[in-house]
Amino acid sequence: MADKQTKIRTKTQGNDTDVLVLVSHPMESGLRPDPKDKDKKVPAHFIEKMIFALNGKEVANADLGPAVSTDPLVGIKLKGAKAGDKLKVTWSDNKGESGSGEATIG
Amino acid sequence: MTHLPRRTFLKRTLASAVLVSAGSSLFAPGWALAAEWPKAAFGAKKIDEAVQALFGSSQMSPSASIKLKAPAQAENSAQVQVQVTAEMPNVEAIAVFVEKNPSPLVAHASFSGAEGYFSARMKMAETSDVYAVVKSGGKLYMAKQNIKVTAGGCGG
Amino acid sequence: MKKILLLLAVLGVIAGTTSAAVADPAADLNNLREFFKKKFPTVPFDEYANGLYALPDMQEYRDQWKLINEFPPYELGVADGKKKWETPFKNGKTFASCFKNGGKNIAQGYPYWDEASQKVRTAEMDLNDCLKKNGEPEFTDLDKDQAARVKLAQLTAYFYSLSAGQRIKIDLSSPGAVKAYEEGKKFWWQRRGQLNFACSNCHMDLAGKNFGGNQPLSAALGHTTAWPAQRLEWGRLETIHQRYKTCNSQVRAKPFKHGSDIYNNLQLYETYMSSGLPLTAPAMRN
Repeated sequence: MADKQTKIRTKTQGNDTDVLVLVSHPMESGLRPDPKDKDKKVPAHFIEKMIFALNGKEVANADLGPAVSTDPLVGIKLKGAKAGDKLKVTWSDNKGESGSGEATIG
Repeated sequence: MTHLPRRTFLKRTLASAVLVSAGSSLFAPGWALAAEWPKAAFGAKKIDEAVQALFGSSQMSPSASIKLKAPAQAENSAQVQVQVTAEMPNVEAIAVFVEKNPSPLVAHASFSGAEGYFSARMKMAETSDVYAVVKSGGKLYMAKQNIKVTAGGCGG
Repeated sequence: MKKILLLLAVLGVIAGTTSAAVADPAADLNNLREFFKKKFPTVPFDEYANGLYALPDMQEYRDQWKLINEFPPYELGVADGKKKWETPFKNGKTFASCFKNGGKNIAQGYPYWDEASQKVRTAEMDLNDCLKKNGEPEFTDLDKDQAARVKLAQLTAYFYSLSAGQRIKIDLSSPGAVKAYEEGKKFWWQRRGQLNFACSNCHMDLAGKNFGGNQPLSAALGHTTAWPAQRLEWGRLETIHQRYKTCNSQVRAKPFKHGSDIYNNLQLYETYMSSGLPLTAPAMRN
C-alpha cells in the first residue's frame, strides 16, 4: 500500500474539464478475513466523504462506501473552468483520517 | 490619520485569515456539511431500500438521458470502472448501485456546480445489474446494465 | 477438455525435443518471433509490449485497460518508488550514483550476466546492492515480507520508468551468459506441477485464449516488458519473481525462492525473448 497520496489529473478541452482523483487508501469493507488470523476480519477502513471545491467553492460532494475499489478512482466533470483555477479535493474516512490534494486547471 | 491605514490593513489581513481558515475548516473531517455520510443507505441490503434511504423515495423512471458506460464482461471484479453521464438538465445527484453486492449502494455524488457526471472504479461480488440513479428536478430516474463477472479459473 | 489435453500432449512432444548441441539464442529468438507472426498476423511487433491486451479477441479487456490507464493505480506505487530513489542516503549520495548514466535509459539491458560473480543480476539485486554499498539496510526476506518486497518493486518500477520506451537489448556475448540463458530456457520448456504444464504450454499455443474462464493467457513474446507490474487483482506493484512464484503455484508446482538463480536465469531467458520490444514498465496487467 502506497503512503497516503491524493493525486489529481485534469484535462481541459474547450469548455469542458475532466477531473480524475486517485487516492491511496485500502478501502477495506470489514468483511475480508484477516490473512494472518482466519477467525478475524480486517477492520473496515474506507473513505466516506470526498469533497471537490473550485476556487474555494464546493462543486461536488461524494459519499463513498467500501464497494469502491482499493486506491479509489473518482471522476467528475466541470464546465467553464479556466486555466489557473484551483481545484481542491478533500476526503475523510470512517476512522477519522483525512487527506487532500490540489491541482491547477491547465 | 495614522490609525486608519493600520486598521484597514489589520481588517484586510484578518479578513483573508478568516477566509483561509474558513477555507480549510470547510473541508475538515467532522465539519457538519449540508449532507452527512448516509449510513442507512450504505447499510441497506436491498437496492430499493438503499434508494429509499438515500433519496427518501424509491420511485424511479427509466430514462434514456442517462448514459451508463460499463463493460459487459469485467476483466476483474475488484476494479470495474463505471461512468455515468446524466444528460437531463438540473442534475442534483447521481448514485451507483450493484444489485447483487452485500450492500448495493456503491457511491453517491451531489452537485453544486459540477456537471451531471460521475465515475468510479468499484468492486463487484458477482455478475449483477448495475444501476445508475439520477435525481433531477426533485424526481428520480434510472438506467441499468448487466455486468458479467467471472470467478474461478486458475485464481492466484 | 479432451481437445486441450490432446493439444497439450502434442505440445509436450514438441516441447520435449531438446535443442541441438550448440546453443543458438538468436535462432531461438527468431523462431519465437516467427511463431507469433504466424499465429497473430494482424498484431504489429511493438504491440506485444502491451501483453495480452495486444492479442485478438481481447478487445473488451483492452478497452477496460485503456480506461484504467487514464489514471492507473500503480501511479501511487511509482510515486513512492520515485521518492525512495530521490531521497539521499545518510551519506548524502542517492541511488543515481550507483548506476551508469544516473540510472536513466539503462534498464533495457537488465537482467545481465555479471562476469565477476558468474551470476545473472537483476535490477532488484543492483538496487539492493546500492543500499548495501551506501551503508543502508537492504530489502530482505522477500518471500515472506510482502511490505519489503512491494517497496522494492515500487523502487524497481521507478528505475524501469527511467528507461520507458527503450528497446530490450540483452548481452549474451559471454559463454557464462549463454549457459545461464540455456538454464532459463530449460526451465521454460519443462513441465512441472500437478497440472504438468510448462510455461510454453500456456504462453505459446494457448496465448490469447481464456483458460478456465477467468485466466486469459499472455504471449511469451512481450512477457517481461511491463514488469514490475500491477495485476488487477493485486492492489500493489509486484516484482516479476513474485509473478513467477504465483504462476508456478497456479499450475500446482513448487514455487522457487524470490531472487533464486532459477528465477534469475528464467528472467534472463524470457527477457532475451522480448529483445527489441520497448519497455512499458510499470503497467497494469491481468
